[in-house]
Amino acid sequence: MKRAAFTHPWMPVLLLIPQLTIIVFFFYWPAVEALRSSFYLQDPFGFGGTFVGLENYFTLFQNKEYLRISLFTVIFTLSVTFFSLAFGLVFAVKADKVLRGASTYKTMLMWVYAVAPPVAGLLGVSLFYQGHGLITQIFALFGYEFVVGVNYKDTAFAMIAVSIWKQVPINFIFFLSGLQSVPRSIREAAMIENGSPFNRFWTITFPLLAPTAFFLLITNITYSLFDTFGVIDVMLRSEPGNNPMTLTYKVYVDGFRGNELGGSSAQSVILMVLVLALTVFQFRLIERRIHYT
Amino acid sequence: MAHVSLKALEKIYPNGYHAVHGTDLEIQDGEFIVLVGPSGCGKSTLLRMIAGLEDITSGDLEIGDRWVNDLDPADRDIAMVFQNYALYPHMTVYNNMAYGLRNRKISKEDIDAAVRGAADMLNLNDYLDRRPSQLSGGQRQRVAMGRAIVREPALFLFDEPLSNLDAKLRNQMRIEIRNLQKKLGTTSVYVTHDQVEAMTMADRIVVLNAGQIEQIGTPAEIYHQPASVFVASFMGAPPMNMLEATLNGAGAIEVAGLGAIGALNSTPYSGPVKVGIRPEKVKLSNRQEGDNQPFIHEFTEELGAARLVHGRLGDMPFVVNLHQEDMIPEGALFASLPVETLHVFEADTGKRVAV
Repeated sequence: MKRAAFTHPWMPVLLLIPQLTIIVFFFYWPAVEALRSSFYLQDPFGFGGTFVGLENYFTLFQNKEYLRISLFTVIFTLSVTFFSLAFGLVFAVKADKVLRGASTYKTMLMWVYAVAPPVAGLLGVSLFYQGHGLITQIFALFGYEFVVGVNYKDTAFAMIAVSIWKQVPINFIFFLSGLQSVPRSIREAAMIENGSPFNRFWTITFPLLAPTAFFLLITNITYSLFDTFGVIDVMLRSEPGNNPMTLTYKVYVDGFRGNELGGSSAQSVILMVLVLALTVFQFRLIERRIHYT
Repeated sequence: MAHVSLKALEKIYPNGYHAVHGTDLEIQDGEFIVLVGPSGCGKSTLLRMIAGLEDITSGDLEIGDRWVNDLDPADRDIAMVFQNYALYPHMTVYNNMAYGLRNRKISKEDIDAAVRGAADMLNLNDYLDRRPSQLSGGQRQRVAMGRAIVREPALFLFDEPLSNLDAKLRNQMRIEIRNLQKKLGTTSVYVTHDQVEAMTMADRIVVLNAGQIEQIGTPAEIYHQPASVFVASFMGAPPMNMLEATLNGAGAIEVAGLGAIGALNSTPYSGPVKVGIRPEKVKLSNRQEGDNQPFIHEFTEELGAARLVHGRLGDMPFVVNLHQEDMIPEGALFASLPVETLHVFEADTGKRVAV
């Protein structure tokens, strides 16, 4: 095969410049800046800072509250990822079986996805609002006073529930298209060889969905860690007080509410490292075991 | 091993499409039945109804002595080979074959013995650890066969299993499947649109058209005694020549535009008919005699062992199949249609006129 070649060596460089500019200005430069400022103790009014080395990091790891928030972030990420994947999968399997009115059913499930994320977040949150929230009223029927923003566990529950609810549609769409790309004859061959639909699903269908599931696992963890910011913000209204929050939200609270730029930068560097490690781990370890047809 | 019986089997889809009309068929124990017909004739639907992959609208289906209408596919004691093999892509060849047995709670040793036995029979021993994507088409087909064999089912179902293979491999696998089935003695139902497969493999052929059985018979019966115009023109390559004609009460056959071509000894039917003759039964000469008809030669297809002489009889297209030693005579040609080789069908119903 003949390889396409540029006549002038500067041509490819010229074509790469727009993309490189965007990457450098919006990704690398802020990242380097965060790393740099994490080594300084910043003056709250922006009049320069003092170099303190790794002290910001040591302070963080000795801070009980930071560790508590880390633990909550782990619980939050695991439950949001697990439940949004699980619900997405269950709905997709059910929708895949529906013959009559299938498109109506699918459209209804995808609706949430079509709503803009902040609006969806607000809608979800309003279900939990005190007094008039639908779910709050349901809890009240059972004699439980559900108070978002005051009670730690109630707030945690509402945050997790709304985050899951927002993420289910996208998982549903991906799982459904994954299911529909499993050849019919393979399912039929399995029907003849295996009488248990449950066993059939886990031995045949699910392994064939593995590439989809793997992709969704990564996107869902990333979603839980970062894209839930809006939901958390709407729920806490920038006043975290005694309420649960994730590491991402803590970066914002410390940096922009507390004006503690150095500590906040250190936190975001830790998050960057975490994401990097997670991605490498997932691709190295999990992808190798997944069969792509 | 079991006999299979289909009684007035009907399939009507929810959208109203009538795919299979009341079908009756008795399949003997150990018999190899081929369902053949053009696409859309309902042969696959019928097979899938036997497998349990399609609901039966009405009628009765028995495998062995069990009424299986409402049984799940897994409980019918059948094995099926699919057109695209339908192997499990994430499993090795070994696991593909073992899968059905594992779900039947059979001991590990027995599974291993069964899988290795089947692999021996199909020359798959060297491939047991491979995945389907690492195999050729013919090998995949063998794995699909192996998966069916290991379960020792009462009934094998084949859904056009060879149509994804190239011609050479298809011939080879055809023979292998037939030999294997003879050795195992398992009752089999085989669906194909390929008449060569149907003729060469079947104990009995079932010719289907538009959801209805046209004829059930041995390959020889189907070829030499076709029950209808449809069967006559569907089976055989090149297809049977068909001429529009009239049959009078005395048995004389008069072809439109040509005149009398011969007379039957007796006939229970008179009226418009279609007269068929196999291309290899026609004789060509350059002398006009008896009821010979003038044949207009257009072109010749050379097949090696034979040649197909295309032309016209009157204004109707007509093909003559000449054996390689037979030369095409020089000059004007005349075709003789021996009356004992003619097939006569009623023009409006297409049914064979009993002679």
